[in-house]
Amino acid sequence: MEKFDLQGNPVRALNSALHQEQARMKEFEVSNPGGKHNVACGARYPCSVTIHGHVGYYCAGMNQQADIVIHGNAGPGLAENMMSGSVRVHGNASQYCGATSHGGLLVIQGDAAARCGISMKGSDIVVGGSIGHMSAFMAQSGRLVVCGDTGDSLGDSIYEARMYVRGRVGSLGTDCIEKPMEPEHTEELQALLEKAGMEHRADEFRRYGSARRLYNFEVDNADAY
Amino acid sequence: MLMPTEGEIPAMSKTPDRSWLLESATFSRPVIREIQRAAREGIYDIRGFGAKRAVPTFDDLLFLGASMSRYPLEGYREKCETSVTLGTRFARKPITISTPITIAGMSFGALSAQAKEALGRGASEVGTSTTTGDGGMTAEERGHSTKLVYQYLPSRYGMNPDDLRKADAIEVVVGQGAKPGGGGMLLGQKISDRVAEMRNLPKGIDQRSACRHPDWTGPDDLEIKVQELREITDWQVPIYIKVGATRTFFDVQLAVKAGADVVVVDGMQGGTAATQDVFIEHVGIPTLPATRIAVDALQDMGMHREVQLIVSGGIRSGADVAKALALGADAVSIGTAALIAMGDNSPEHEQGYNALGTSAGYYDDYQDGKDPSGISTQDPELGKRLDPALAGRRVANYLRVLTLETQTLARAAGKTNVRNLEPEDMVALTIEAAAMAKIPLAGTDWIPGSRL
Ligand SMILES: Cc1cc2nc3c(=O)[nH]c(=O)nc-3n(C[C@H](O)[C@H](O)[C@H](O)COP(=O)(O)O)c2cc1C
Repeated sequence: MEKFDLQGNPVRALNSALHQEQARMKEFEVSNPGGKHNVACGARYPCSVTIHGHVGYYCAGMNQQADIVIHGNAGPGLAENMMSGSVRVHGNASQYCGATSHGGLLVIQGDAAARCGISMKGSDIVVGGSIGHMSAFMAQSGRLVVCGDTGDSLGDSIYEARMYVRGRVGSLGTDCIEKPMEPEHTEELQALLEKAGMEHRADEFRRYGSARRLYNFEVDNADAY
Repeated sequence: MLMPTEGEIPAMSKTPDRSWLLESATFSRPVIREIQRAAREGIYDIRGFGAKRAVPTFDDLLFLGASMSRYPLEGYREKCETSVTLGTRFARKPITISTPITIAGMSFGALSAQAKEALGRGASEVGTSTTTGDGGMTAEERGHSTKLVYQYLPSRYGMNPDDLRKADAIEVVVGQGAKPGGGGMLLGQKISDRVAEMRNLPKGIDQRSACRHPDWTGPDDLEIKVQELREITDWQVPIYIKVGATRTFFDVQLAVKAGADVVVVDGMQGGTAATQDVFIEHVGIPTLPATRIAVDALQDMGMHREVQLIVSGGIRSGADVAKALALGADAVSIGTAALIAMGDNSPEHEQGYNALGTSAGYYDDYQDGKDPSGISTQDPELGKRLDPALAGRRVANYLRVLTLETQTLARAAGKTNVRNLEPEDMVALTIEAAAMAKIPLAGTDWIPGSRL
């Protein structure tokens, strides 16, 4: 196990270690993150990173293959543009968590703020609590699961991402609609809930996605723009 | 054309005399046509190319050659240095380009694979850089460009850390001169399987590129974002920040504060692949004042030359390059002119343009994907019309001419390095240009707008 105490130390040494081939299959323990930004960014190899405390902006940014666990809260842009691997926060996450993420699994055990999953491109995001407004804005693909409620304008201008919500939806954004839960959806959702360690039944959720009315410009839809 | 025979001459004289018809300056024929098109189609005009209106440009400045008080350098004999190093502030590996002219970011998707390859070949041949665009990096362009700048755009289409680490520099795009404050649009007809896959979107749908970055909102956030990119790339490569020219003084200072190694300022004439005409023509300030303001902003912070400045938007000739450098830019970047060098708007494609209802010299429908020159298209058949080796050669030739022209002007002003050109080497031809560039009107010591 490799230990990094961030008390009074920059994140450079930690991030640099995560970028080396030698990081493969290693365990990293990070203490005293103290809300620092860019903790564990650009990890490239399968390894595990455990962070004890709160992190600032862009923790686990562009993660590839690493499994990163945060015992605390995370600031804006957690796991932005993640490609693969997993990121789990035991506390809450601020704005734009999982923004543009292409792959991997992001689990927020608490709540996530506004713009959760904005422009997501293929990842899975599972939130144990509730999420803020404008979440999954322009979300392209992947799956967003919310065990609590959502804020307003959920899935505004959404493309092909799928959303499952257990609680109340504040309001749906432009071109986002509720869609029927078919067996394939219940099945994929159940698997996702289990993978994320959430103890809910898939049939408690409703599904939302794109009405696909804005995919090609039509003048009669001008009010929607 | 055949000369008319004697018999035909009387027929010609029969055409009625219309020389007294007066066209409205307000409702000109193009305006009338646009109103009627809008009335028919119910959608604003989206097009490519840059602003077509006349604005004050570098043409409104002139160089004062050397004479009695300064002596010139011998052309072809005395060295006039052109290379520039970009990214000296923080990057471990700054980029040195052998000519102060770079190829601007133009996306694969907007341009054909052949066009991207040709730009890479041409730029590499003369030792300068090319830039990716919205849609990500292709293996081909990485392969053909010895120096490749990877754009980090709001859409983040195709963005991934592997490509980030392959880049020689990263350009965070905040805005573009053709549409500061606007996002992008790739219309459904240009979305091939490959483009759709690179952008994780279904084929055939309009692909909107967001106008704001998804995970930062202001300059303080951007500072942290820039550090994230540096952390991911281990502080190796330079990070540029590109802005469309609007509130240039503040934007440049905020970019420096956010940690940019290089600031790119794109004036309103800057080209685009697809933007609303109303946006192209009515938003932003011209490259001429933007260049001057950007230099003032850097000097005000004591960062001129420490953070390098690249300007773009309507650069066509070595004269434009030399004047931008004389105002204090470190390099320029070209988009439209490079496409033209490859054959865009060339009379050799006149038949093709006519079939689309236009003509060489007027073609601006880059958004349409039907480009007869094979440049702004994703149609494989049209793309084949562009030979990447030949087009690459033309780009290289054109870049060489720009460089030689720049050196010619610098030598005439007695400079051993093109970046030694200075504002004092120039005068302005018009009051507007004098005010915008803060260069005295020729024959006077008057700079309008400055305190007496
Ligand atoms: C076909 C085309 C595609 C472009 N695509 C992008 C892009 O993806 N990202 C970007 O920042 N700028 C893009 N631009 C703008 C150029 O990077 C550059 O700012 C502009 O072309 C400079 O002005 P000029 O065309 O007058 O040289 C594009 C321009 C053109 C002509």
